[in-house]
Amino acid sequence: MVKHIITTTINGDETDFTCTPDQTLLDVLRGELHMTGTKNGCGTGDCGACTVLLDGRPVNACLVLGVEVGGHEVETIEGMAKGSELHPLQQKFLDHAALQCGVCTPGILNMAKALLEKNPDPTETEVRFGLAGNLCRCTGYDKIVRAVLDAAAEMRASGS
Amino acid sequence: MSDLRYESPETIEAAVALLASEGQMAKVFAGGTDLLVQMKEELIDEPALLVDIKKIAEVRQVKIEPHLVRIGSAVTGAELGENEPLKAIWPGVVEAMELIGSAQVQGRATIGGNLCNASPAADSVPALIAADATVIIAGPDGTREIPVTAFPTGPGGNVLASGEFVVTVNLPSRPPRAGDAYLRFIPRTEMDIAVVGTGVSLALNDDGTCAAARLALGAVGPTAVLVEAAAGIMVGNKLDDGVLDALANAASAACAPIDDKRGTIEFRTKVAGVLACRAASIAWQRAENN
Repeated sequence: MVKHIITTTINGDETDFTCTPDQTLLDVLRGELHMTGTKNGCGTGDCGACTVLLDGRPVNACLVLGVEVGGHEVETIEGMAKGSELHPLQQKFLDHAALQCGVCTPGILNMAKALLEKNPDPTETEVRFGLAGNLCRCTGYDKIVRAVLDAAAEMRASGS
Repeated sequence: MSDLRYESPETIEAAVALLASEGQMAKVFAGGTDLLVQMKEELIDEPALLVDIKKIAEVRQVKIEPHLVRIGSAVTGAELGENEPLKAIWPGVVEAMELIGSAQVQGRATIGGNLCNASPAADSVPALIAADATVIIAGPDGTREIPVTAFPTGPGGNVLASGEFVVTVNLPSRPPRAGDAYLRFIPRTEMDIAVVGTGVSLALNDDGTCAAARLALGAVGPTAVLVEAAAGIMVGNKLDDGVLDALANAASAACAPIDDKRGTIEFRTKVAGVLACRAASIAWQRAENN
C-alpha cells in the first residue's frame, strides 16, 4: 500500500508522519508517533475513548484517517497540561477522583474541554448530554460530571 | 485492505473521473462515520479507492439564496447546527441532523452521508422528504436532480450509479408563515437510532388554515415514506382534534415496519401516529411565529 507523507500540527507543533490509507488518526497517534495518551476503546466511534480535537472540534480519532489530517490541527491529551501545570479540568478530575482505570479519561477531558469552550457555564444536564458520546465503565459518571462543573466554575472565575 | 488507495480531488470533475475509474470498488469518503465502521467490521466489500470529497468547495458550503438553499453534501451536523440563518428557515431539517450520534460524530457525520448510507432509520431523510428537498448528483454524464423521496432504494441502497456522487442537497424557497419539525422516538434520551422518525413541513394561509403540508416517516419501512394522505387531511383546515386524529390514522396506515430489537410492528405503527401529531403541532407553532 502506498505510504503518504503528511504534515500536520499536533498540539501546536508541526509534525510529519507517514501512513497508509487504511490507518486511522488513532493508529497514527499511537503506532507511528507513539503518543499513547489517546486510548483505543471500541474502534467504531461508540465509546469516545479516542476523542481528540480536529481543528478545535471533538472527533473520534478511530473514525478519522491519518491521510486526511494534512494541513489541519490536532489536539491530544498530551497537549492539555502546560508543562507541569495541569489544565483546570485535569486538576478537578484528580480533586474529585473522577477516574478509576483511566482509559476513558483522556477522551473525556478533551470532550469536556471542547464543551466548555462552546458553553462556559453549562448545566448538569448539558454536561451529561455533552459527554453522552464518552463511555466510562468505572465511575458511574457522577464524579466526572461534578469535576467538569467545578472546573467550569473555576475557569469562569479565573477568566481562563 | 491490502491495496487501498486514497485520493482527495479538488473538483467535481476530478472526483467523478476517479469514482468512474474504479466503479463499484471506489467509495466516496466524507465524514467516515458509517464507511470506516463498515470497512472495519467487514460489512462491505473491501474498497480499492477512497475518494475524499472534502476538498471540493461545492460540497462544503451552505448557500442560502432567495429561492433555494444548497447544502453541500459534506457539511456536518455540527456545522448545520451552528448555522443560525439556516436554522431560522429550516429548523426541522437542522434538528434532524443534530440528533445523529454523539458530539464527536456530529463533528464528522455529513448530510450527504446520512442520505447515501440509506438506513431506513436515517434521521435526516424524513425531514428532507417533508421539506420537499432534492439531491444534485454529479456523474460521468453531467449532473442530475432527483427528489430525496426517490433517492434511497432500500436498506443500504440508493440510486447512485457508478461514478456518481451527491454534490448538494437543495431545499426549496419557503413561503411566509411556514415551519418544519422533526421528532423521533428512541428508548434512551441520546445516542440512539430512531424506532420511528417523523418529519413535517407546512405553510399557513392568512386566515390561519393550512395551505400546504408534507408528512414523512422513517424507520417504519425499507425506506422513509411520504404520507400522501396527510396533505389532503391538513390543507384548508386548522389543527383541531379531528384533523390530528385523522393525521395519526393516516401516519399509522402508511407504516409497513418490521419487528426488531428496537421496536415491534404494533409499537412502531402506534408511535408513528403519535409523533406525526406532535411534529405537526411543533411545525404549526413555528409557522404561526414566522
